[in-house]
Amino acid sequence: MDYDVIIIGGGITGCCIARTLSRYDLKICLLEKEADIASGTTKANSGIIHAGYAADRKYLKRKFCIHGNKLFDLAHKELNFPFKRTGTLVVALEERQIKDLVYKRNYGTEDGVPGLEIIIDKNRIKRMEPQLTDKVIAVLHAPSGGIVSPYELTFALAENAHMNGVEFFREHEVIGINKIVAGFEIETKPKKFTSRIVINASGLFAAEVSRMAGADTFEIYPRRGEYILFDKDIIHLNKVLFPMPTRLSKGILASPTIHGHVFIGPNADNILDIEDISTTTRGLKEIISGGVMLVPNLPLNTAIRNFAGLRAVSNTMDFIIEATEMVGFVNVAGILSPGLTSTFAIAEEVVRILIEDLGEELKEKEKYNPYRPKPEHLSDFTKMKLNQKIKENQAWGRIICRCETIPEAEIVDAIHRPVGATTVDGVKFRCRAGMGRCQGGFCMPRVMEILSRELDIPYKEVTKRGKGSHYLVNKVLCIKLTEDSKESEEVAEK
Amino acid sequence: MKSLNVDIAVIGAGSAGLGAAIEAKKQGMDVLILERNDELGGITLQCIHNGFGLKIFKEDLTGPEYIQRFIDEAKELKIPYKLDTMVIEITEDKEIYAVNKKEGLLRIKAKAIILSMGCREKTRGSINIPGFRPAGMYTAGQAQRFVNIEGYIPGKTFVILGSGDIGMIMARRLTWLGCEVKAVVEIKSYVSGLIRNQVQCLEDYNIPLILNHTITKIHGKDRVEGITISSVDQNWDQIVGSDEYIECDSILLSVGLVPENELTTKAGAELSANGGPVVDNNLETTIDGVFACGNVLQVHDLVDNVSEEAKRAGKNAAIYIKERSDKGQIKKDLIKIVPGINVGYVKPDYVNFSNLENLLHFHLRVKEPDRDVIIVIKEVNKIVYQRVRSFVIPSEMIEVRTKFKPEVISPNCRELKIEILPVSLLEVIDEVE
Amino acid sequence: MSEDKKIIRCIVCPTGCEITAENVDGEVKFTGFGCKRGEEYAKEEFSAPQRIITATMRVENGFLPIIPVRTEKPIPKESVFDIIRKISSIKVKAPIKVGEILIKNIHDLGINVIASRDMPLKT
Repeated sequence: MDYDVIIIGGGITGCCIARTLSRYDLKICLLEKEADIASGTTKANSGIIHAGYAADRKYLKRKFCIHGNKLFDLAHKELNFPFKRTGTLVVALEERQIKDLVYKRNYGTEDGVPGLEIIIDKNRIKRMEPQLTDKVIAVLHAPSGGIVSPYELTFALAENAHMNGVEFFREHEVIGINKIVAGFEIETKPKKFTSRIVINASGLFAAEVSRMAGADTFEIYPRRGEYILFDKDIIHLNKVLFPMPTRLSKGILASPTIHGHVFIGPNADNILDIEDISTTTRGLKEIISGGVMLVPNLPLNTAIRNFAGLRAVSNTMDFIIEATEMVGFVNVAGILSPGLTSTFAIAEEVVRILIEDLGEELKEKEKYNPYRPKPEHLSDFTKMKLNQKIKENQAWGRIICRCETIPEAEIVDAIHRPVGATTVDGVKFRCRAGMGRCQGGFCMPRVMEILSRELDIPYKEVTKRGKGSHYLVNKVLCIKLTEDSKESEEVAEK
Repeated sequence: MKSLNVDIAVIGAGSAGLGAAIEAKKQGMDVLILERNDELGGITLQCIHNGFGLKIFKEDLTGPEYIQRFIDEAKELKIPYKLDTMVIEITEDKEIYAVNKKEGLLRIKAKAIILSMGCREKTRGSINIPGFRPAGMYTAGQAQRFVNIEGYIPGKTFVILGSGDIGMIMARRLTWLGCEVKAVVEIKSYVSGLIRNQVQCLEDYNIPLILNHTITKIHGKDRVEGITISSVDQNWDQIVGSDEYIECDSILLSVGLVPENELTTKAGAELSANGGPVVDNNLETTIDGVFACGNVLQVHDLVDNVSEEAKRAGKNAAIYIKERSDKGQIKKDLIKIVPGINVGYVKPDYVNFSNLENLLHFHLRVKEPDRDVIIVIKEVNKIVYQRVRSFVIPSEMIEVRTKFKPEVISPNCRELKIEILPVSLLEVIDEVE
Repeated sequence: MSEDKKIIRCIVCPTGCEITAENVDGEVKFTGFGCKRGEEYAKEEFSAPQRIITATMRVENGFLPIIPVRTEKPIPKESVFDIIRKISSIKVKAPIKVGEILIKNIHDLGINVIASRDMPLKT
């Protein structure tokens, strides 16, 4: 067998499992279909760490969320991703909604959610969150709720996993799985792999992949959520604001991001096309009216981006984390909200399944290092430190992204880290170059230049997010006359 | 940390920065230009089309030719400059922090600062276009950079959103490069830019100009595959059922420019509604000794006007140093300039009472196009200036130059309103000799 | 061209008068112009329309890979694509000064193609 464990899917779930298992004496690799990890559902995640009172008690996801929430403090210390316990508020705009808040508070407290309180003192509510609508009647405050950068967390997990021996294969789409003696053969587009154990964390494609292995036990339906992101420093939110939930989702939120922006969304549309991450006119209108209901002063004319993602909803409406009949094949599917919050608890559960259901004897590695150092950011430096850094490495002195003040050094680091960036989006999501108000208008050609230089690929071949997403077509020639590759021969006599 | 002292620090070496620096140097000041790019010249370097310099040089030059003259003059005057240098902070005390590779973090203490950072382009996100987010979507300036500086063509078949001059110029440039420009789509009911460009960039090449439409969806997962356009009513709301699909692999957005004032606000200067800093008639911001000119102050259409404005800023910064800089903050006696009917914005935001007899330069843009109008400046109900104009359009900045005789403005005047009225009202307005 | 009527939009000022050029008994008559400059523009645009071409040429060993260039004077509108094809097929060597003639007498029209900026050597 090539590997002891192969993980299919490089979203937050797969990368967290990879990192958790990397503690043990196992040969592990992770297969990801796209050009980068965190390219699917994870990329469009709201980034909320939920307190855990929201899901119905009949669901597994409730206990995973409550437990997972608690694991974030240690993880934050070890992995150094952006994270803050801001506290969350569920906002009741009508008297009759208070009853529901009370149920949530009572059951939540019983189940171990810390610090839940209902506040009806409007002055206190407004002091807590000045931007909240005056129409608020009461709020459920959960101090253990918070915000995180979901993709930066995923990168941190992957980097730490890699440091501890996990191999990552991006642009390796799984196209077939065959049961063989003592394990599985996994066919990907570039090559085949063999492994004793396979963990299916492939998100939207989990049901399809599970069927490839011969376990046809669930279905996944995409449920789309759209967002609008606003510029920073215009309006500031202290808390994550939830409306009363709907049948389909937690509702349209207004929330701060860990980098100082504000966003609204997501809505919830059950759609058919598993790759339809487009935003829609109707959807954007819907989230604007939802957002404005919570924050009347939403600075609508300072939007900088709209985007959408797909939740992977299973037919059970719950997490599916289980060993299957195909011995050694484990499903970790249907990880919709509160999947992000639950991620460390889910990984723990996978360890339990390996030990108890698959009889694995997991021996801890001697050299396991759970610590992944924080990437350096110019925006964190004092002036003295910045000056010093430039003397040590000139690349700190060339600012590439004007809006977010990102120097060349951070971009080079984003490329050369373990499981580093190979595309413009890869750079953007790791170090934020292009995430500001000009959305890459100024820095994109320069980021492409750096990618081209550092990865030794032609400038023209640099892509946004992998194959098919090229920016440039040809060098500037009159293409009616010459062919793409023909260089001009004649040099002018002056 | 390396520390420098200068009389005047100029931020940005585009047409505004170079113009201001040259004038300041000629006034005997010790000037330093800070530029983030690897050469002097700013955005004009990538505007390879002609139409520049008609006012100032009485010649029809291309952008690079125009700016080369200023680059050459700055070098002849031996004005010191730093390239690849990004200003990251300006303090209220006129201390500038900038970084570059060779020198690290620099602290520059200036007696006066001229802000000339230019502007940036509005993006897809800022106008909330729905759809996918594939590669192949560019702002017009971004595409212009690829095509005119880096030497790459960013696509084969284009749709351009926005019929401003830059959008139309790029339509022609791409056509000349062998690309197919399928349409220029404009949300308004009239073309945004000059008729000259409509004729020579679109009509010459049979590129359809689709008015009263906007892009309502972008298609394509990895690379643009097409767009949906829909017609809009006068409120710019989509008309249901009017969707049309246009296949293309690239989209250019030419949907507006925004002055780049991040440094300005962080320094504590006030901004006005047009996105540029609040200034008085000397182009001084709300921070003493900090001046602004060019697109960072207000988005211009003609670079010639930028150069004129920059010259004034350079001169005034020099005067400030000679007369005021060691006197501490002075209290100004200011008259507020308020935009009235059909005026979108006006600069300056204030006029110094003591400058009323000097030649004042007002710049404004109208909200709606109109014909046969009068530009009027009023003190409450008393008209203090009027001038007839046959044609006004938002895309053409209007300049008003005037002086006020002492008896014309009352001594306790606090506000002057500038508005654009139909000429037919001429009879009913109180005239002032 | 055997059209009897052609509409020309005047570009001299923002008014943009629509000028009609009509073939009346073998002579071309112009109507609809608002001023003398417009009438002159229409005459030229009708009989011999001209355009200035601005383009880029590939540079060998230059600070940038391409240099902006222009035709020194307007060229006949019908030759636009021929001129562009010619310009695009030629490379020039740095260093170059603004105004330098890069292509002499292009397309035998007696018009040169000149550099729009300085282009120093690659550093």
